[in-house]
Amino acid sequence: MGVPRFWREIPNRYNLIGVKCKNCNRVLFPPRFICPGCRRVGKLEPHKLKDRGKIVSFTVVHVPPNGFEGQAPYALAIVELEEGPRLTAQITDCDPNQVKIGDDVEMVFRRVGQEGEDGVIYYGYKARLV
Amino acid sequence: MRKVAIIGVGLTKFGELWDVSFRQMIVEAGARAIEDAGIDGKQIDAMYVGNMSAGQFIHQEHIASLIVDHAGLLPIPCTRVEAACASGGLALRQAFIAVASGIHDIVVAAGIEKMTDILAEQTTEALATAADQEWEAFVGSTFPGIYALMARRHMHEYGTTEEQMAMVAVKNHHNACFNPCAQYHMEVTIEDVLKSALVASPLKLLDCSPITDGAACAILVPAEKARRYTDTPILIAGTGQASDAISLHDRQTLTGLRATVEAVRAAYKMAGVEARDVDLAEVHDCFTIAEIMAIEDLGFCKKGEGGKITEQGETALGGRIPINTSGGLKGKGHPVGATGIAQAVEIAQQLSGEAGKRQVEGAQIGLTHNVGGSGGTAVVHIFKRGD
Ligand SMILES: [Zn+2]
Repeated sequence: MGVPRFWREIPNRYNLIGVKCKNCNRVLFPPRFICPGCRRVGKLEPHKLKDRGKIVSFTVVHVPPNGFEGQAPYALAIVELEEGPRLTAQITDCDPNQVKIGDDVEMVFRRVGQEGEDGVIYYGYKARLV
Repeated sequence: MRKVAIIGVGLTKFGELWDVSFRQMIVEAGARAIEDAGIDGKQIDAMYVGNMSAGQFIHQEHIASLIVDHAGLLPIPCTRVEAACASGGLALRQAFIAVASGIHDIVVAAGIEKMTDILAEQTTEALATAADQEWEAFVGSTFPGIYALMARRHMHEYGTTEEQMAMVAVKNHHNACFNPCAQYHMEVTIEDVLKSALVASPLKLLDCSPITDGAACAILVPAEKARRYTDTPILIAGTGQASDAISLHDRQTLTGLRATVEAVRAAYKMAGVEARDVDLAEVHDCFTIAEIMAIEDLGFCKKGEGGKITEQGETALGGRIPINTSGGLKGKGHPVGATGIAQAVEIAQQLSGEAGKRQVEGAQIGLTHNVGGSGGTAVVHIFKRGD
């Protein structure tokens, strides 16, 4: 991923900033540019999400993509945040085999991946069991 | 709108075809389809080609021009369409629309993917671009990982087991043994699948479809003219396409594909049939769990019972609703852009009674189900014997 493409999303990735529609109160993450429910009458504003959520499903990735070689095997999950939106995130700071559906998690700031030996290091969110 | 029929189909051998090039594959599949249809190439009016990513796989874009040129079909219009692994299904639908609308009479629907000219890890990375790069791939999602998230949730909600998923692989490998074009002619056992290396739990290597080279073509004409060319035209009775969020986390459910449900609803309505009328289906088994979800979403059983009816043999050759008689993506191979057309080739051969040892006796109505990515696009077609 090129540097500008990563840099643009830094507030969202580092601080879990999504959007909230002032028309229907729906909270959206990852951020969108139009409310899918209200479309043109929606009004989206930046919204910092609460960092708590629950695991909806998970897997343990044994064959990782490029940039994640050193981390495998790692748990990857779909997390439903308290305010409604779902996101995909790694589950960190635990034995990946102890993760279960329904587990409570909190979102934390971590190093996510790396582009080759000398490339950019990407930071963002992971989830941690609580 | 005119009714549309298939009058000829052609397929290359599927597999790791190191000695065959992209251009050679499409010419081979096309020549077989033209011969099967008994037409002359000069009669063809237009062509639609499904291809996911020649740009990444062979570093070549603008393949529409390259294909008609090397097929000797200049200067007819050729259009490439893309929806990841559903590109072939999309090409068939576009060809159908072109004939149905009256704009063109004889149209080729083609699909092709050349996946083994680069290293396997590069191929995997190219395939992963069918997922959301910014919010799935960025955090370490892989394609098997995304389907594994669906599998785990399906197991949680419905009690689906790893053994039932393995049975999909066992069945499809068995069927592929009767298909001369299939990549694998190799039976596998439930044990083999369960003991194969973990890719993304609960999915193991033998739950995943392989990397494959291959091309497929079908020739479409207005149904009223089909009898001039063949005694066994295959009517395309219904077509449906639907979309869903590209990211799995943005979907309403993890245990099925809404795009499939919507696409098949449209296709059944257009064809005037229901799930129980269908005699056999080729469904998108890119992973074993995908077949289990597909047979539920297509209405062949209740939601959650896909694993159970697989275990009971209902989807096997000779069962109530044979699924993936060709071997499916799992056994026949999955050259992504070609898959949607190859599925139609299998159904056409079955409905014509030309499927050899894997023939479903008396098959009248068949269905194809082609999925892009992890379910962002689904395309369904329903076929009837033309008599
Ligand atoms: Zn809204």
